[in-house]
Amino acid sequence: MADQTLDAKGLNCPLPILRAKKALKDMATGQTLEIIATDPGSIPDFEAFCRTTGNQMLESKQDGNLYKFLIKRTA
Amino acid sequence: MANESQGGAGASNAKSMSIIVTKGSLDWAYPPFILATTAAAMGVDVTMFFTFYGLPLLLKKLDLQVTPLGNPAMKMPMMGMHMGMPNIVGMIPGVDAAASRMMKNLIKKKGVASIEELREAAVESDVKMIACQMTMDLFEYDLKDMIGGIQLGGAATYMEGALKADINLYI
Repeated sequence: MADQTLDAKGLNCPLPILRAKKALKDMATGQTLEIIATDPGSIPDFEAFCRTTGNQMLESKQDGNLYKFLIKRTA
Repeated sequence: MANESQGGAGASNAKSMSIIVTKGSLDWAYPPFILATTAAAMGVDVTMFFTFYGLPLLLKKLDLQVTPLGNPAMKMPMMGMHMGMPNIVGMIPGVDAAASRMMKNLIKKKGVASIEELREAAVESDVKMIACQMTMDLFEYDLKDMIGGIQLGGAATYMEGALKADINLYI
């Protein structure tokens, strides 16, 4: 279970990333953020975001039209 | 902000990027603001230098317009296809306003951020915004009509940052 969930459904680039960053900023290191998005572009973007910022992508999966990511704040 | 370890102002070893913003139409305002906000979210120190037609993007009140004139690549989705606009039609008064309205509707419908929203995100994430002093004088803009938190500067101010930046873009 994630510490926090971000509903990014219906949002287009770059809003899911911006909202996620905003949420992560207020979380403690080690906490996890679940993001639910509908933008297919968010798959490569969240991967790139994690690689660049050093936050850890624990899970990235597709559930119908939804894309779900679980990111652990490590940076 | 308490826990700010992912960059932002003051992160001395962060990567940095500068963008020269020269265009202020609704469509051209997107690339600089999207890249600036995303880079800031990824821990990059960002500086935006607003000059010439990009300068009005710093005005408090924005009313951005787009024109199909001279832009054969601007095709809007309509009735299941993509329609461009012949230049002669684009010249008719009111067509720019209609095209702008249409694009703003699309932006809203598709969950794309407005420029106002992106600009606010840029301010919140400590993106440094520099208004070109020469353009302010040239086109008679007043700092009091612009959003807060911006700085004034010229080419040398830009160059000082650009020489140290990892990425420099001209849009």
